[in-house]
Amino acid sequence: MEAFTTHTGRAVPLRRSNVDTDQIIPAVWLKQVSRTGFENGLFAAWREDPSFILNNPVYQGASILLSGPDFGTGSSREHAVWALQQYGFRVVIAARFGDIFRNNSTKMGLLPVILPSEVVERLQAAAEADPTVEITVDLAEREVRLGSEAWSFEIDDYTRWRLMEGLDDIGLTLRHADDIAVYENGRQPWLPTTV
Amino acid sequence: MGRTLAEKVWEQHVVRRADGEPDLLYIDLHLIHEVTSPQAFDGLRMAGRTVRRPDLTIATEDHNVPTVLGPISDPVSRTQVETLRKNAAEFGIRLHPMGDAGQGVVHIIGPQFGLTQPGMTIVCGDSHTSTHGAFGGIAFGIGTSEVEHVLATQTLPAYRPKTMAIEVTGELPVGVTAKDLILAIIAKIGTGGGQGYIVEYRGEAIRKLSMEGRMTVCNMSIEAGARAGMIAPDETTFAYLKGRPHAPSGEAWDAAVEYWKGLRTDDDAVFDKVVEIDASTLTPFVTWGTNPGQGAPLGSAVPSPEEFDDPIERSAAERALEYMGLSAGTPLGEIPVDTVFVGSCTNGRLEDLRAAADILRGRKVVTRTLIVPGSMQVKKAAEEEGLDQVFKDAGAEWREAGCSMCLGMNPDTLKPGERSASTSNRNFEGRQGKGGRTHLVSPQVAAATAVTGKLTAPADLA
Ligand code: SF4
Repeated sequence: MEAFTTHTGRAVPLRRSNVDTDQIIPAVWLKQVSRTGFENGLFAAWREDPSFILNNPVYQGASILLSGPDFGTGSSREHAVWALQQYGFRVVIAARFGDIFRNNSTKMGLLPVILPSEVVERLQAAAEADPTVEITVDLAEREVRLGSEAWSFEIDDYTRWRLMEGLDDIGLTLRHADDIAVYENGRQPWLPTTV
Repeated sequence: MGRTLAEKVWEQHVVRRADGEPDLLYIDLHLIHEVTSPQAFDGLRMAGRTVRRPDLTIATEDHNVPTVLGPISDPVSRTQVETLRKNAAEFGIRLHPMGDAGQGVVHIIGPQFGLTQPGMTIVCGDSHTSTHGAFGGIAFGIGTSEVEHVLATQTLPAYRPKTMAIEVTGELPVGVTAKDLILAIIAKIGTGGGQGYIVEYRGEAIRKLSMEGRMTVCNMSIEAGARAGMIAPDETTFAYLKGRPHAPSGEAWDAAVEYWKGLRTDDDAVFDKVVEIDASTLTPFVTWGTNPGQGAPLGSAVPSPEEFDDPIERSAAERALEYMGLSAGTPLGEIPVDTVFVGSCTNGRLEDLRAAADILRGRKVVTRTLIVPGSMQVKKAAEEEGLDQVFKDAGAEWREAGCSMCLGMNPDTLKPGERSASTSNRNFEGRQGKGGRTHLVSPQVAAATAVTGKLTAPADLA
């Protein structure tokens, strides 16, 4: 996973709520067996509309997505995270996220930042007024900055540490292989196996 | 202080707990399908890792499979299914391929085999894994990175979600189903209402539901944003499980039941949040918008965006009405539909098919009507009862098992602008095909709608 410490970039205001993962990447894109090539599937249906915000050339190259509440609800497809990352996003800022999407993001190094709706709207308005304006997302300080303004956000210490170090979860868990073996020996005898 | 059911099951599965870290949770059962697993197996191979417990893992082909007999025509879908076959063979995982008697939608086959039992932790790279919570375990959807993690370690690091009780008081009136109940719950608490929670459904109306109805309710927990949904096991649960291929038997059965009986929320336990809903006031419920929270009683009308105080909800409603091609004030019962779909992990079980057949018996459908059993076993059982004949006589299509039009990854899709009444779980834009418009309904409403060609409650059929 790519480490995340701090990121400064331009932002796209996506003024929609309940952005479910079927919108982020429609199901027809999920037939691939690789982990790459999903950038063209990002918001594929919405991008067919020329007036959709991502089609506005002034937002080309933006790396922060500013969304309405309930971003990433619905399907568990991690392809949504891959599509956002491969398109060039490093951060999504919203007032609420779908739980599974948020989990998936932190496994991949895409930072989901939760800020109150008023703050997200303030940031959206700033990016609308001046698409070249840059926003800084500082994970070390747990802070989002715009010009002289700053807002702090919450993220638990463990996830923050893992993101900042770019650590692979499986490697971390395998350090506790002994604990897993001990637990396994004490499982209830009637629990089923698939064999 | 007493503990909730969710807390009891969680604590039983903690492998390791350390300050400032998520719990390391043991996973009793890992379900796999073709769509969210290929990249996870690739990851294992790249890191030179193996599957720790293939004997706690089971795979099926469901999302891509055609529901008409024959091979998969789409080469990309075929590659995905073939990739699953290769991976299952390489890592020694039991697979139920297309055509196999045990094949079916992943959330239908777990319970059907008796693999889903009370008190277990169950995961799958699929958000509707919450279905399995109907047996009193903690079951939740995960992404592909986590699928790889479970394959490699049989555990997951996770923080325990908060607990919510949804107390369903009173009794469901005749003709009102588990589907209507869960749609009404989601409309009440919203698509984000359950975020960060494990929901326990409780109360008289829940106790009276069959296992199949309980699965329908738990299935859609994710549609309210919840991490998982669960129902305490009771005699209904035990009766459903007894004698199934993977359920314990003999002395092990007695020991298991003894333990399962303790799997209930203690009287003095405290939930982080409690929501109440009176079942006796409910009527058949349908969605009018593009998220499952945008629903209303079938007897009412399409709402006006002005009715929503919250500006975000108001603009979401405006957008939804535009996408759905609906105008405020239109009675829901006057909305014409082109296609009816009965199936999915929400409503693709035998009881659902029986309910639809009861309405279609001796009647004719006027719309394209797809009846897709959730598994090959459901199909077989339905045919043994002659339900397939009822459907065919009515003019409906009787299909092979799979996810089908629930997500339109196989050829069963809506065309742009087409409108469906669907027993599935998501009415998102384009979910059933690009530009398709979905109304979520119960199997009973779906069948009645097929007869009249517009959204209809069974009670209103002549
Ligand atoms: S039936 Fe629908 S919701 Fe269920 S697993 Fe298949 S695609 Fe997902």
